[in-house]
Amino acid sequence: MANGVFSSSRAQIPERTLRTDKWWIQPLTTFTVLVSFIIYATFRAFENGNYFAEPLISPFYSPCLSTECVDGASLLGTPFGIIQLFGMTISPALLILIFPLGFRMTCYYYRKAYYRSFWFSPPACAVAEPHAKYTGETRFPLIFQNAHRWFFYAGLVFNVLLTVDAVLAFRNEHKEWGHLSVGTLVLIANATFLWLYSLSCHTCRHTVGGRLRNFSKHPLRYKAWTIVSVLNHKHQNFAWISLFGVAFADFYVRQVASGAITNFYFF
Amino acid sequence: MSSSLERHKYDVLVIGAGGAGLRAAVEAREAGLKVAIICKSLFGKAHTVMAEGGAAASMGNANSNDNWQVHFRDTMRGGKFLNHYRMAELHAKESPDRIWELETWGALFDRTKEGKISQRNFGGHEYPRLAHVGDRTGLELIRTMQQRIVALQQKDARDHGNAESFIKVFAELTITDILKENGKVAGAYGYYRETGADVLFEAPAVVIATGGVGKTFKITSNSWEGTGDGHALALKAGANLKDMEFLQFHPTGMVWPPSVRGILVTESVRGEGGILTNSLGERFMFKYIPDVFKDKYADNEEEADRWYTDQDNNRRPPELLPRDEVARAINSEVKAGRGTEHGGVFLDVSKRISAEIIKKRLPSMWHQFYELAGVDITKEAMEVGPTCHYVMGGVDVEPDNAAAIGVPGLFAAGEVAGGMHGSNRLGGNSLSDLLVFGRRAGMGAAEYVKSNGDNPVSQSTIDAASARIEAPFKRSGGENPYALHQELQEVTHNLVGIIRTKSELDEAIVKIADIRRRSANVTVAGDRKFNPGFHLAFDLDNMLLVAESTAKSAVLREESRGGHTRDDFPGMNSQWRQVNHIASFDGVQVTVQKKALPVLPKELFDLFDPHELEKYMTPEEMSKGGSI
Amino acid sequence: MARKLKLRIWRGDSTSGALKDVTVDVNDGEVVLDVIHRVQAEQMGDLAVRWNCKAGKCGSCSMEINGKPRLACMTQCASFGEEETITVTPLRAFPVIKDLVTDVSFNYKKAMEIPAYEHPKDLAPGEARMEQVDVERSQEFRKCIECFLCQDVCHVVRDHEENKKSFAGPRFFIRIAELDMHPLDTLRNRKKTAQEEHGLGMCNITKCCTEVCPEHIRITDNAIIPMKERVADQKYDPVRWLGSKIRKREGIL
Repeated sequence: MANGVFSSSRAQIPERTLRTDKWWIQPLTTFTVLVSFIIYATFRAFENGNYFAEPLISPFYSPCLSTECVDGASLLGTPFGIIQLFGMTISPALLILIFPLGFRMTCYYYRKAYYRSFWFSPPACAVAEPHAKYTGETRFPLIFQNAHRWFFYAGLVFNVLLTVDAVLAFRNEHKEWGHLSVGTLVLIANATFLWLYSLSCHTCRHTVGGRLRNFSKHPLRYKAWTIVSVLNHKHQNFAWISLFGVAFADFYVRQVASGAITNFYFF
Repeated sequence: MSSSLERHKYDVLVIGAGGAGLRAAVEAREAGLKVAIICKSLFGKAHTVMAEGGAAASMGNANSNDNWQVHFRDTMRGGKFLNHYRMAELHAKESPDRIWELETWGALFDRTKEGKISQRNFGGHEYPRLAHVGDRTGLELIRTMQQRIVALQQKDARDHGNAESFIKVFAELTITDILKENGKVAGAYGYYRETGADVLFEAPAVVIATGGVGKTFKITSNSWEGTGDGHALALKAGANLKDMEFLQFHPTGMVWPPSVRGILVTESVRGEGGILTNSLGERFMFKYIPDVFKDKYADNEEEADRWYTDQDNNRRPPELLPRDEVARAINSEVKAGRGTEHGGVFLDVSKRISAEIIKKRLPSMWHQFYELAGVDITKEAMEVGPTCHYVMGGVDVEPDNAAAIGVPGLFAAGEVAGGMHGSNRLGGNSLSDLLVFGRRAGMGAAEYVKSNGDNPVSQSTIDAASARIEAPFKRSGGENPYALHQELQEVTHNLVGIIRTKSELDEAIVKIADIRRRSANVTVAGDRKFNPGFHLAFDLDNMLLVAESTAKSAVLREESRGGHTRDDFPGMNSQWRQVNHIASFDGVQVTVQKKALPVLPKELFDLFDPHELEKYMTPEEMSKGGSI
Repeated sequence: MARKLKLRIWRGDSTSGALKDVTVDVNDGEVVLDVIHRVQAEQMGDLAVRWNCKAGKCGSCSMEINGKPRLACMTQCASFGEEETITVTPLRAFPVIKDLVTDVSFNYKKAMEIPAYEHPKDLAPGEARMEQVDVERSQEFRKCIECFLCQDVCHVVRDHEENKKSFAGPRFFIRIAELDMHPLDTLRNRKKTAQEEHGLGMCNITKCCTEVCPEHIRITDNAIIPMKERVADQKYDPVRWLGSKIRKREGIL
């Protein structure tokens, strides 16, 4: 039986959409960029190398918690020894990436982006989707989108660690403080974008004040909510910028670690 | 048709789902009665949504000196003492309670620092008095009452198993006749706009709350619904229309582009420094300051400009004269050939204020012009001209229960009722009027039903009503209703507009009669199903009766007062203040008679400074000092 | 300065219908509703279209223009190319009645299902005290003009007729949010019922409702997502769930 816009009671119009603009550009762009990122991130996660070049560590591998990690990369020690699954040694990056991945997968902005571009649900506004059934986020597995807050908390921990990494990058190859290199700037930018992305998050907005009924009784939280609300307006931008930021930071460290380029020091 | 006729029985039928109608329905339901609400459009779309400024109520939140007596005085002054004193009194006394009541139904007005309802200043009100929500107060009112009705229906669903057992909303339904049996109201007849199918309502009490008549005029701020349906229904049912010559023309409506002609440009544009110029570039308002205002308004540009920064030492710019003065001035400029290409004048804020400040202080105006008209008011001048905004006249009612005089079982409230605003309405008094008299109409209807009981409709009455609906399809070779409507609008605009003279009004009366004769023969294309041409045929009938009442009342009133300006009788005349015009309809034509205005009782008379009353009343009235 | 405009208007009813081509004069500054009226007055006297205020304030003239849900009175003809044909159809999520008019009763049914505001029993009229900051969030949602464009564009019901019974739609999610954020409302189970009865979980926040809102209400960011977070507080957050049980027992809540 015809469903949706083709239901018998609705105006009989054969087209899935009558939009005349290039509505498909946005989902196509999103799809292309996200797929490229996934390919790059997967390659890097399994590469298990070229992630550390004193004092720079790739955000994909920080904190490196495996005894397998190269010297100096394990800020928090190596509590896990060698990480193995079914007898295979697992790249330490996988242990880390699961958190930012989870944060972004459950992010209210990315949900919109991938539901549209990967799942065509819907591909664009007022463009009929191809699915016969739709239950939204009411059942397994999508009901786990409600766990966004836990990934948000975890994300904050990583933001702290990556900020520490950026601070440590004010040293030179000999661990002497007071230096500034291109790598320092890259890691600072990365940490800044990640903070902006996390702090502009809808869960953050809810946590700092959104859940209150009366703002007037909590002036400080109201102030915080107001600031987060301003950031939240740009959440989509921060989501993309921080994604590129992370990929670029990793790429830069990789190039330095592999010897392809030298980390230029301003002083 | 009548074999399959849809029939409904209710205690109270409310025609009109704007503020007044919904408030009446709530009241009648709370009195335990079964109520039907008729909307001409969808539920919640009525013209009340257009009200921006606020609802006047002397709650005293912004200034504790405010009270009902001050509000009463302001209202009487605004109406130039032609108001029915009792209506103005009830309105001033009860509006605070009506506003507070809305809050208990979930309305969210803007707040003062103490957390009370914020009140803003408005023309003619001595203190800040208008409860408001930004510039969408009307929407808040109608939504609150819509949701109140839903709440009552939800309660009925819990208590009686059916949400619509006591209140039912009939959307997109036009009432074509109020039915009477034995000289009393028995119900109403109409058709669903969607299907065109006839429907009969049997109800011993009918509340008319159909709003205004703006669509009778070419340029109006009213939506298509403002076709004077209630005015005409009441006239045809044997009720009278009071003071139909009084129409409020807002001086600044948009005139160009045509898509937005008539839509209001709020007074704040002038308040923020907008100046009016003609096609020669002259700031013409300086020429139009009446003698009585000479001490309050600047007569040169330099002083007028200084006023915006120093209000204590300079007189106000003449752009801020009362609405009727500005409307007349614009009208004169255009008539003298100094208007814009599209028949308006220029209103410009862009030269005086920066784009940034315009967008901050006049956000909705900026959007209105930008989105509706493609005009950027931070860069270009607006073209404005007077627009028909509100009819002060309306059904002659008893103040206390809103009962239409002369027709037992008929009630009227809101804009369709006359008397409350006299010859000129103050901004903000319309929304509070809806609430106060909507409630009183609901109460009045409930009391009437309880003491009168059913009044069944006879078959012959039904047949007559049914035949009237079928008629436009049975005719052939008649004129197109759209064309006749346009012709009527030209006549009213040119001959019964802001400035009137006897010769033009006489001409209008002849022309309206001619259009009415031809309208008896209009033909409609297509079938009954959602057919706008068919709908217009009935609206046209109503507008013609309204136009006739207005023209005939206007030609008789030989003075200028509030919303009635006679070029041949420019002054206000105390003798005429004692006169109401009462229009009635004998089935063929409208007749207008004089009736004495009720005398102000002593306790209300004494609220005024005698020196003020002397300007309005005859020495004889003054010596009596009000009735006892 | 009139020019000619090419329009394709859907004409028909619930049984059949098709797009009809017409050419009509258009003047500078006119909106789509103006040219539809001109078609009505000059060429198709029985063309059905709903409209009221023609000022973007009542939300009656909702239709789809070049495939996008919009208010015809807020759509400038000049926003299209001079040679472009403008296609106008009724809303495609609701049953069609005739031409550009659809049966939007779905929305009124849903309105009936959302429990009304409940005022505190001991608070007399006139005694309410609320601060501006506490009413602002709900005031944003009360700007809604009920044009139902958000309901029309939402794929949950637009593309799945069967979801209509269990899904209230964006317009009513902002209503629920308005009441849940109302400083004085005393009904406390709105979060739970939003999820369990009104289908909040069906929304996958693809934001089309926000994109089409003529009042620029930030439906998704300010109402739906905050409500999803409030639901998560109660239903999907073991820590807060436990906390609320304890506080309830100790009489803090």
